[in-house]
Amino acid sequence: MSVHYTKDHEWIRVDGDVGTVGISKHAAEQLGDVVFVELPDVGKSAAKGGEIAVVESVKAASEVYAPVAGEVTEVNTVLTDAPETVNADPEGDGWFYKLKIADAGELKELMDADAYAKHLESEG
Amino acid sequence: MSMNPQGRPSRPTASGGAAVDTHSGSHGLRQATRLLFDSGAADRTGVDLPDPPKVKKRIGNLARKAPIGLPGLSEPQALRHYVRLSQKNYAIDLGLYPLGSCTMKHNPRLNEKVARMPGFIDVHPLQPQSTVQGAIELMHELGRWLSALTGMPSVALSPKAGAHGELCGMLAIRGALIARGEEKTRRRVLVPESAHGTNPATAVQCGFTVDEIGAAKDGRVDLEELTSKLGPDLAGIMLTNPNTCGLFERDIKTIADLVHESGGYFYCDGANFNAIVGRVRPGDLGVDAMHINLHKTFSTPHGGGGPGAGPTVFSEALAPFAPVPRVEKTKDGFALVEHEADVDGDPFGRLCAFHGQMGMFTRALTYMMSHGADGLKQVAEDSVLNANYVLAKLKDVMTPAFPGACMHEALFDDRFLKDTGVSTLDFAKAMIDEGYHPMTMYFPLVVHGAMLIAPTETESKKALDRFTATLRFLAEAAIAGDTDRFAAAPRLAPMRRLDETQAARNPVLRWSPSADKALEPAE
Repeated sequence: MSVHYTKDHEWIRVDGDVGTVGISKHAAEQLGDVVFVELPDVGKSAAKGGEIAVVESVKAASEVYAPVAGEVTEVNTVLTDAPETVNADPEGDGWFYKLKIADAGELKELMDADAYAKHLESEG
Repeated sequence: MSMNPQGRPSRPTASGGAAVDTHSGSHGLRQATRLLFDSGAADRTGVDLPDPPKVKKRIGNLARKAPIGLPGLSEPQALRHYVRLSQKNYAIDLGLYPLGSCTMKHNPRLNEKVARMPGFIDVHPLQPQSTVQGAIELMHELGRWLSALTGMPSVALSPKAGAHGELCGMLAIRGALIARGEEKTRRRVLVPESAHGTNPATAVQCGFTVDEIGAAKDGRVDLEELTSKLGPDLAGIMLTNPNTCGLFERDIKTIADLVHESGGYFYCDGANFNAIVGRVRPGDLGVDAMHINLHKTFSTPHGGGGPGAGPTVFSEALAPFAPVPRVEKTKDGFALVEHEADVDGDPFGRLCAFHGQMGMFTRALTYMMSHGADGLKQVAEDSVLNANYVLAKLKDVMTPAFPGACMHEALFDDRFLKDTGVSTLDFAKAMIDEGYHPMTMYFPLVVHGAMLIAPTETESKKALDRFTATLRFLAEAAIAGDTDRFAAAPRLAPMRRLDETQAARNPVLRWSPSADKALEPAE
C-alpha cells in the first residue's frame, strides 16, 4: 500500500487497483471544524482534478478534487452523521470515498509524504 | 481541494452563555427572552373576537379534531417579547456602526415621515395606475436622479437588494450576448479576488464561468494579469469601485476600454458608491451596468431594519435589455409598463412579481432631495475624510493593509497582532466589551486577518476620537500582552462566544413541548 498526495491537499491510499481518498491533516486543520461533507454517488466516474465532493466548515465550503481518474466504488457514510471524523482522523477514519483507479500511471504525477511536506513548507 | 486559507478561526476560545449567572436569567434590567411557545398558553388571547357563526361543514373528515396547541398571548406579552428582542439588537440609532462594505449611515427621520404619507404607504401594487400616479411619479423621479448621478441612461428599479441588482445587470449582459448570437462562445467573466462573494456567485448563476484576477501589490487590479486574460470568449468583468480594499481603481478607464475592445461588458458593483456619489459618474468611466444599494448610499434602513433595494442602471449598449416593468412618462401622466411587447428593446424578462421596494424608493428620494446635488457631493467627501481620519489616527499602532490614503473605508491587517496570541476575532470581541460594534473582519479575503472600517459621514470628529482612542487602547493592550482581556471577550455582552460548530452540526430548528420545561414562563 502506498499513499500519495496532491498539491491541492487530497491524499489517496492505493491497495491494488482501488484507492481510498481523503483530505490531508493540514487541510483539515486549515478548514477548522468540519460541519458537512457532500459525498459522490457510488458509480460516479471522476476525472483527474475534477470536482468530486464538497467539504464545509464553519469558515468556508470547499470543493474536493479527484487525485486520479476512476469510478467511485464506496463512500464513507460515517461522515454524513459525524463530519467531525474528518478533523479527528483526516488521514484514517475520515476518508471520503474509494475509487477504482482507471490509470495507475496517473499516480506517478502525485507526491509522496515527504514531497508533500516540502510542498507545504514552500506554500508557507 | 480548493482551500481558503483566510477566514476566522472556528473554534471558540472561550464559549458560554450569559456573562454572569442570575437566578431569574435576566441581567440588570435587561430581561431574559424566551420563545413565544414557552411564554404563551393555549387558553389566552390578546383580542376579543366574536364566536364564529355556525357554518356548513365542507371539509368532511379533514376537519381538525384536537386543539392545535398554538400559544396564545396577551398584548403586553407580545409587545414585551419583541421589545426585549429589539434590545438585544445593535442598531445605527444606538451608536457608531463601523462595518466596512456596509455603509451603515444614519437614516434621517425625515425619510420616515415622508415614507409614512398615506399616498405612499397605503397603496397596493394591484391598484389601477390612475389611482397611484403620485407613487409612480416618485419612482420616475428617483430613476431620473439615479440616471443623473451615474451618467447612465436607463434604470431598472425592481431589484430588491445588491445581489439582486447584480443578477439584473448580468442577465442584461447575457441578453446582449444572446442578441449578438455570442452567448455560447462568450462564457468567461473576470472577477478580482477582492470581490464581494456575491459577484462570482451571480456570474455562475447566470451560466458564466468565473476567472479570477489577482490583486497587485497596491491592492488594485493587476492590469498585466487582466490583459493576459482578455479574449474572444470574454463575456465581461465584474469590478467594485472603490474596491473592497477601500481603494479607487485608478486604471478603471483603461480596464473598461480593454474589456470593450475585447467585446465584453463592464459590470460595476455599486456597493461602495457612497465614496464617489456626486463626484464621479460611473457612466463616464465606461461602466455598462451597475447596481446602487439604496440602503447604503441613500440611507434606507438596513442591518436588521431592511429591506434592501438595488436599482440597476444601464449604458446605451445594455439599455434595450433592461427588465420590465419600466417606469415611463406618458402624455397623460406616468405608467408602469408591465409587458415586454409594450416596451422598446428586448427585455430579458422580469425580476420580481411587482415593482420593487416602494418604501425604500420614498426614503431614498427624500434623502437625495433633502441633500441636493451639493449635499450628496459632501456626503462622499465627508465619508472619505472620516475614513482617512480613522486611518491617520491608528496607523502607528495598527497596521494598514496598503500604504497611502483610502477612500471611504480604512483597511487594516493583523500584522500588529503577530505573536501577541490575539487574533482579529479576539480583537473584535473585545470591542464589544467596550461598547463598539466590531468592524467587518476577515474580509476582503486578500488581506490577512482583515479589519475593514467604514465610519461613514454620519460620525462627528468627537465620536471618531473616542472610537479611535478605544481601538488604540485595545491595540496597545494586545501588544503589551494583556491577553486575558481578549481571550475572555466578550465578557459584558448578553451572550458570550457561541459554539458555532455545534450550531452548524446539530442545529435545533424546531421547538418541541418537551424541551427545557424547567424554564418558568416569563410574563
